[in-house]
This record gives sequence, structure tokens and C-alpha cells, in this order.
Amino acid sequence: MFPMIKIEGVRHAYKTPSGPLPVLDGLEMSLEEGGFSAVVGPSGCGKSTLTRLISGLMKPDEGKVMLHGEVVTGPRATVGMAFQNPVLLEWRSILKNVMLPLEIVPNTLTKAEREERARYLLTLVGLEGFEDKRPSELSGGMRQRASLCRALVHKPEVLILDEPFGALDAFTREDLWQTMHRVKENEPFTGVLITHDLREAIFLADQVVVLSGRPARTQYLLDVPDTGPRDLDHLYTPEAAEMLAILRHQIEIAQGRAPAEGEAA
Amino acid sequence: MNRNLQKVFVPIIAMIIFLVIWEAAVWAAGWPNYKMASPSDLLPAYTKHWELFVTMSWQTLWRTVVGLLLAVVVGTGFGMIMGFSRMMRDALYPLLVGFNAIPKATVVPIVALMFVGAHDFNTVLIAFMISFFPIAVSVSIGLSTLEPEYRDILRSLGASQSTIFWKIALPKTLPEFFGAMKVAVTLAFIGTNLMEIVSPHGRGLGALFDSGKTNSDYPLMFAVLIALAVLGILLYYVVVALEKIFAGWAERPAQ
Repeated sequence: MFPMIKIEGVRHAYKTPSGPLPVLDGLEMSLEEGGFSAVVGPSGCGKSTLTRLISGLMKPDEGKVMLHGEVVTGPRATVGMAFQNPVLLEWRSILKNVMLPLEIVPNTLTKAEREERARYLLTLVGLEGFEDKRPSELSGGMRQRASLCRALVHKPEVLILDEPFGALDAFTREDLWQTMHRVKENEPFTGVLITHDLREAIFLADQVVVLSGRPARTQYLLDVPDTGPRDLDHLYTPEAAEMLAILRHQIEIAQGRAPAEGEAA
Repeated sequence: MNRNLQKVFVPIIAMIIFLVIWEAAVWAAGWPNYKMASPSDLLPAYTKHWELFVTMSWQTLWRTVVGLLLAVVVGTGFGMIMGFSRMMRDALYPLLVGFNAIPKATVVPIVALMFVGAHDFNTVLIAFMISFFPIAVSVSIGLSTLEPEYRDILRSLGASQSTIFWKIALPKTLPEFFGAMKVAVTLAFIGTNLMEIVSPHGRGLGALFDSGKTNSDYPLMFAVLIALAVLGILLYYVVVALEKIFAGWAERPAQ
């Protein structure tokens, strides 16, 4: 049985006027079906490049990105994406925004079934009653919820979240973390979450991947034991504190502010 | 209800005040009508030449609209080419800017000679040439400033370039497009009139203006100016109405 996502020895450099800029150098990652992986690392280390590789928007210079054991060569409809910027279409209602992927991905759903699916997801994330509103009438957190529904509406195998909660205030963000657990229980997916927030990483994911500074390689892997829905109190347990300390230390190594293991004097 | 009444009556009252001041100024200064016709001179001009006004207005109107439609098609085409391709933008932009910089009044006699006798064609051509530039620029800017995430959302689902254009790029450009249309509609109108005034045996309000000049019928010339203003207002508000229908979403509700 193949893992859902497998990344092997990926190297990539961007072409810039001042020569190639290597961003990824030896990236390894493996995620089973239904798994949820959080990717953390210093700013500008190539995390967003990783999302573009998995979604097939870009091909790596070297190495392989595989979904279900198949090498990714281009975009595929089995991926759903949500970004920090919710990029909702201002001229469509929330409901029509959520239905957008179903207009593009080949499917056999009738119009009524599409609408039912979109309404179901909107209810699941707590946007019941906002179906006919325009995006400009919604708060930032609500727009992000709608963006999440759009990413899930075509039942993607892989959900890619590129810092979706990064621009929200702390309380809204915590609300959305709990929404994510509720969504995952009802709409199973394999998820990759790019984030800068270590608490978010251990609250949502069951695996945390720490990337090194640019060019990024996989520096550290942390397995989060209690998977599945948990409440916010979980973040204040000794186990959580210990995980956060480990990750914080790994980030400092990645930033070059702490010596790596073995190098310590 | 009150607000709606206000919307209708305030402009009408403003217009009446304007006419009264105009009439009073002419009367007070004692200007003869070849210097400045007064509103009271205009009414006889309209009644005397009413049929001419109707047919000529129609001539001007349809040629302006056809020229404008042509400008929309060609301008959007150029805008798309420049919006999607960096190289084509670099290649075409200086050419278009240069073309636009030429005062169209100088092109009018050239076109009139080039297609001599083809009055309708010439008029539409000038209306088109003068008005397509803002449309091309606004469409190209709208397309080239599309945030990459919008494209990524659709591309990651396997959407083709044309799907991305129809579903996202085009609707997202509509507010800029209508902004440009408001400029273009006025320009096209100027283009039509330039040709009508210059070309011999022309038709349209421009030709009527010219015949007023030849016959020293000064009130007629002023009456044509007012008719042109009315047509201009009409066309402008047609564009505004279309904007409300197609790009009304861009207007944020008042807080």
C-alpha cells in the first residue's frame, strides 16, 4: 500500500537574474492516508514551494513528489487548496463561491446535488444562513471558513492549507482550529498544513515536519501522540509544553540561532 | 421615497437655474446672437429644424455606438494580449501610446481622403480609433494585476487558460473596464463629431453644426451643442446602467 503523499529527495532552485536560488535541498516526507502533517520552518524557507509541488502547479528540478504512488506531473483535481488570502470571488455569493470547483472538476452531480453539497459544508463550518451573502459582507474568519469549504467541496484526497489562519486574530484562529477537527471527523482528508504557529501545528496535526532554513531539507519529524479531536485545554498539558519546547528548539536550529545536535560544544 | 425624489428633482432644478443664469447673462450683457445665443433663441431653432435634429441625432448616435462597440472588441482583444503576455505588452505598449498621442483631429483629413466618400465608415473609424486606447489599457492592467492565488485555485483543479479567463480574469476586470468605458464613450462621441464637421456633405449633428456656420444661423449652432450634450449624457448613463448590472458587486454597500 502506497502512502498518500510521498516526497523523495526533492531539490528545487528558482531562476533569478543573479543566478539560481536554491529553495529546497533534500526534502523528504511521507504521509499516510487520513494523516495530517504540519510543516513549520523559518520564513522564506520554501514552505509555499512545497505546496505548489504537491498540487502539481510546479515540478521539482530533482526528486519525486508522489500521490498514491503516482508521480505528480501536473495539476490534479484530487487536490484542494486554501491560502492565507481567502481569494473568494467578490461577484459571487458565498454558496456559488463554494460550488466553483464543481464547475471545473469533472463530476456527475446535478446542479441540485452540487448545491446540497455546498450547503452541507457551509453548515459544517458554521456558515449556515450566509449562503446568499457576498464575500465583502463577511468577516475575515468567515471568509476563511468559506474558502475551506471551497477547498473541500469536490472531496479532494489531499487538502493543502498554506497558512490559512495566519492573518486572523488569536480567538478567531482558535475557533477555526476546532472547526478543522469537526470538518476532519465528518469529511476525512489527508492534510498538509503550512504554518508559523507551533501551537496550531500540535493542536491540528499528527505529524510535525520541521524544515531547515533555505535551502530547506527535512530537519526534524515530530509525531504528535493524541490524534483526533481535542479541546484547547490540551495545549496547556505538560505533554504539549514538552512538544512545543522541542519544536521551538528545532526552529532555533533552523534559523541558525542554536547549534545543531552533535555540534554543541 | 424622499431620497428618490431628491435624485430626480435636484438635477432638474440645477439645470433650470443654469438656463435662467444663461438667459439673464445674455440679456444683461446685450450680446447679439452671433456672439452668444440665449436659451430663448434655441427653442425656435429646434422647432424650425426638428426633423433634421431627429435624423441627424440618430446618425451621430448609431455611428458613435458602432465605433464604441468596435473599440470594445478590439480594445479588449489588445488588452487580453498585453495582459497575458509580458513580451506582447513590451512590444505593443509603446506603439499604442504613440498612436494615442497623435491628436485625432490630424487623422481626420487623412482618413477622409483615404476612404473618400465612405462617410459612415470614416466616422465609425475615427470614433473607434479615438476610444479604444483606454479600454485596451484598463483590460491589460486588470488582467496583469490578477493575484496569483486566484489563478492557482483554478489551475490546481486542472482548469484551462480560457476557463480561468471566463470564470475569474474577465469578471474581475469588469470594474476597471467600465471605468474606461465612461472615458471611451465621451471620446467616441468627440471622434464622431470631428469627422462629421470636417467631411464635406457629411451627416449627423456635426454636419448640422457646420451648416449652421455656413448659413450664419448662430442659434442653430448653439442648439446643436445642447443636443450633443443631451446625447452625451444619454450614452454616459447607458454605460453607468450596464456597469450597475454587470459590475454592481464592486460597489460596497454604504456603511
